[in-house]
Amino acid sequence: MASPIVQVRNLTKRFDAFTAVDDISFEIYPGEILGLLGPNGAGKTTTIQMLLGLITPTAGSVRMFGLDLDTHRETILSQINFSSTYISMPYSLTVEENLRVVAKLYGIADVGRHVDDVVKKLEMEEFRKKLTRRLSSGQMTRLTLAKAILTEPKILFLDEPTASLDPDIAHKIRALLKEVRRSSRLSMLYTSHNMREMQEMSDRIIFLQRGKIVAEGTPEEIVARYGQADLEEVFIKLARG
Amino acid sequence: MRIHRITALITRHLYLYRRSLPRLMEIFYWPFLDLVVWGFITLYLMKFQGQLPGFVTFFLGALILWDVLFRSQQGITISFLEEIWARNLMNLFASPLTPGEFLMATMAMSVFKVTAVSAVMAIAALAFYSYNVFMIGLWLFPFVLNLIVAGWIIGILTTSLIMRFGQEAEVLAWGMVFLFQPISCVFYPLEVLPRWLQPVAWANPATHIFEGMRAVLLQGMFPVMHVVWAIGLNLFYLAAMIAFFHYTFRICQERGLLVRVGE
Repeated sequence: MASPIVQVRNLTKRFDAFTAVDDISFEIYPGEILGLLGPNGAGKTTTIQMLLGLITPTAGSVRMFGLDLDTHRETILSQINFSSTYISMPYSLTVEENLRVVAKLYGIADVGRHVDDVVKKLEMEEFRKKLTRRLSSGQMTRLTLAKAILTEPKILFLDEPTASLDPDIAHKIRALLKEVRRSSRLSMLYTSHNMREMQEMSDRIIFLQRGKIVAEGTPEEIVARYGQADLEEVFIKLARG
Repeated sequence: MRIHRITALITRHLYLYRRSLPRLMEIFYWPFLDLVVWGFITLYLMKFQGQLPGFVTFFLGALILWDVLFRSQQGITISFLEEIWARNLMNLFASPLTPGEFLMATMAMSVFKVTAVSAVMAIAALAFYSYNVFMIGLWLFPFVLNLIVAGWIIGILTTSLIMRFGQEAEVLAWGMVFLFQPISCVFYPLEVLPRWLQPVAWANPATHIFEGMRAVLLQGMFPVMHVVWAIGLNLFYLAAMIAFFHYTFRICQERGLLVRVGE
């Protein structure tokens, strides 16, 4: 088996007396989609934010590409990206301007071609000249996803990437992510509250509850282990303790 | 440090200036109004020139130079606030952009802002009041450069405090620089200050610039020592503030504040 591209060991984050993430360890392998499940407040977003270098862990380590995140931040961050419903993009810039800025930030050569490619892939042609403040929530979701894949990362962190998207576009986005994964061995850490989506997308799943990993395995293994009909029922069972 | 990351951030802000009315007003409208008001005050005070020898000569010049410092500070702080308002901080600091590169980009934006505002004010002063700011001579350049750096120092301090304390500290973006104005001796000589406050004013690089300006205009003296002191103090404070920014950034990472600034 290939070496993991992401290695998280004993990751912990405490904010004063509150423990948001409690001694979790996991790996992500090249080309793998790891689903991150858990109820609200379980520690999913804090975990992702530690992997993005936005929050310093209280304990534990994060390694990507064999490098420690704390000491090789620039090298690692230039090869990863993320999309989240919690972020926006400068609303006084157009969609195209925002993407051009991101491309320059990550040192992408041939900015025009890369922006054209990603606009085409995500069917954003009709609103590429639109001011970001005038986008619908679905269009904004597509923009943040576009900025994530524009930089051709090796690892993507996707925090509810298809929230606010209609089923047609959501399906196309999932197909696109799978195609990108297939063609470039892109690894992903994927969160969603859509259990069917998680079951479809994830190779493996880890379930967080109150900061700890309480279940880990393929979607089928987890469903079988808990004797439930599907992942949604497993989620409800685990979330209710 | 990578130039492309710095220019990316500069590009982002220049795109904004193309269509943001508040940002355009900062460059053209507010400085022009300031100049108009103070220009009228100057014209009125000229009637009493015999009682206030030399006063009016430097009043407009002091205003223009103070605006250099003010806009320099604003260039850094407002650039940071733009990212908060746009909920774009996470995008920036989850990218390979380093805190040092972020500061370089905002310093470059402040130079752009100062250049634009100074041009507007200098042209307006000449057109409306026949006041030529270049009467200060070549000393204008070290004065302006030092005031830009002094503005950076206050801007970096303010930005660090906003990053640490969040939107509650946002008011500092507009108010902090005025905390330094009384001890910058912009419109009056240092001897006007109470004795106990004078050492504090001497520790302020801006004071040396405005005292130097008065020395050039009123006494025809070359204020070499004032410029040397201003440069020395500026370099010391700038290094300290850059270190403080990096320290504050680490604190914000540890406490998870980078993702919550703006909430």
